[in-house]
Amino acid sequence: MADNSQNDAYWSANLRIIMISLVIWAIVSFGFGILLRPMLSGIAVGGTDLGFWFAQQGSIIVFLILIFNYAMRMNKLDREHGVDEE
Amino acid sequence: MDQFTINLLFVGASFALYIGIAIWARAGSTSEFYAAGRGVHPVTNGMATAADWMSAASFISMAGLIAFTGYDNSSFLMGWTGGYVLLALLLAPYLRKFGKFTVSEFIGDRFYSQTARVVAVVCLIVASTTYVIGQMTGVGVAFGRFLEVDNTTGLFIGAAVVFAYAVFGGMKGVTYTQVAQYCVLITAYTIPAIFISLQLTGTPIPALGLFGEHAASGEPLLAKLDAIVTELGFNEYTAHHADTFNMVLFTLSLMIGTAGLPHVIMRFFTVPKVSDARWSAGWTLVFIALLYLTAPAVGAMARLNITEMMWPNGGINGGAVTVQQIETEQKYDWMKTWQKTGLLNWEDKNGDGKIQYYNDKSEAMQAMAAEKGWTGNELTKFNRDILVLANPEIANLPGWVIGLVAAGGLAAALSTAAGLLLAISSAVSHDLIKGAINPQISEKGELMSARVAMAVAIVVATYLGLNPPGFAAQTVALAFGLAAASIFPALMMGIFSTKINNTGAVAGMIAGITVTLIYIFLHKGWFFIPGTNSFSDADPLLGTVKSTSFGAIGAAINFAVAYTVSGMTKPLPADIKALVESVRVPRGAGAAQNK
Repeated sequence: MADNSQNDAYWSANLRIIMISLVIWAIVSFGFGILLRPMLSGIAVGGTDLGFWFAQQGSIIVFLILIFNYAMRMNKLDREHGVDEE
Repeated sequence: MDQFTINLLFVGASFALYIGIAIWARAGSTSEFYAAGRGVHPVTNGMATAADWMSAASFISMAGLIAFTGYDNSSFLMGWTGGYVLLALLLAPYLRKFGKFTVSEFIGDRFYSQTARVVAVVCLIVASTTYVIGQMTGVGVAFGRFLEVDNTTGLFIGAAVVFAYAVFGGMKGVTYTQVAQYCVLITAYTIPAIFISLQLTGTPIPALGLFGEHAASGEPLLAKLDAIVTELGFNEYTAHHADTFNMVLFTLSLMIGTAGLPHVIMRFFTVPKVSDARWSAGWTLVFIALLYLTAPAVGAMARLNITEMMWPNGGINGGAVTVQQIETEQKYDWMKTWQKTGLLNWEDKNGDGKIQYYNDKSEAMQAMAAEKGWTGNELTKFNRDILVLANPEIANLPGWVIGLVAAGGLAAALSTAAGLLLAISSAVSHDLIKGAINPQISEKGELMSARVAMAVAIVVATYLGLNPPGFAAQTVALAFGLAAASIFPALMMGIFSTKINNTGAVAGMIAGITVTLIYIFLHKGWFFIPGTNSFSDADPLLGTVKSTSFGAIGAAINFAVAYTVSGMTKPLPADIKALVESVRVPRGAGAAQNK
């Protein structure tokens, strides 16, 4: 295992990625899908509005992107900080 | 060949496949029984996890709940997929690095306390058993339909099959069988949806068809649907009617619960590396999304088809379907077959020879009914859980599609029930008996106690499944609330905090699950026994918070109690801090040992 300061930098970089991802996670589901739906009601999508689309499809697609993005960034971060598995 | 024979053929063939695979990959050692020797590729693991995860609630029940409620039930869609983001970012890689077999082992080691481990086991058993009750409800519906027997008989037959199936395979058998089950269930779900989407919108992709154009009228599909359901006095399909606060809480409970369910988390112990655990969570969601992006289309299109079938002459002014049509016309055959299960019924209350389907709670409709001589909604029973299984028959699709859907529904229910029973049995034998009561137990004795635990769990679930606390997806939502209030906070604090100690974690878990359980029992009856409830979800104890939404509050209580108690008691010992540090970095993950 690398020395401790190296691990601390790795951990705070990880926490930063997690925080940003979770903010997006909350905005697309609780935000666009539920609470902010009235704001999006002017944007028509197939017989209804964008909020409905986020609630039934959009959020799921964003979730997928978030997870794959996290996996890619973290696997890169592991190597940069020398904490990847040999 | 009649439909019954076709169903039997499809279900029989799919079962032969699963049992064949289970025998081929039979578990030899305890390590294989629990974790498939850690040799599972992330994509394979993702597919198996998806099958494990998508249960009767997702396959059989969810689209039906969306169909009859519309937008307000979007919580199921967002909640059951959004949880994977939490799982992938907050739990899976670290638990894989920790490298043990069960969730409670992690909790026991991290909180250096045998008590914490036992409390985690109990929480896990409570949540999983509730979950199995929901599965049994779905199994009852599916077996009832395809064997053309009543719901209760279907439930008993289903229980016997689930038991036989789960006892003889361990995780390895289950992993490869679940890959096969995923293939069966996703084909079964999407094929009828594609047919129906083509019929209604001309688009072969149901997810696009949902936001596409209704071919017969030229209007957008959802606008058409809104128009025909409001004409009958029902709520507009796409509009927001539910209480917003409750909807947010419910969605959050489902998300946190997803990340706290032991049988899903266990899956991430079976991939070879930490980086694979991250990918695996992504692949799992890919395979789940294939069904979840289709489900809202299935719901909306089925609602449209059913409504048009009940008013076949161009809406309310053309007049309702006649009793004679239902009895003689081939396209109404599905109503007669489902009537046999006791889950669908109609009654010509006013004796006019027609069956009027409308919302008799709506005041405007009551006025119209008085004028036209209707005496209430005559489609007297339509169990939400039958919608997906009946869907191909409603759309008049070929017999083989109907058989395929029966096989798919059973695959969904069986795979999850088996995964849950495995989680329960390993909790009892590995964590409770070997970990706490008798560490000297032989490997044979451990396997035996695992099987006994499975048998007990299934008997309890079957008994409670006879009078379930709700439709399959609603019962399952309760299980998520329990997992959200107990397991998820403990795991998360165990990884992300070096302040939470043994006493804090134990107090948090006990407070979270107790308060949540009491809230659920107050609304759904003590131990789910009907009639023993003091409140109902129509008028909940706390404002608008339904019992299915309480998990998020339970989780908040868990976090708060754990922090407060930890602050008042001794800080973590140095070796546990080192354990937390090591869990946070992937290096040195290696294969897990069976201690």
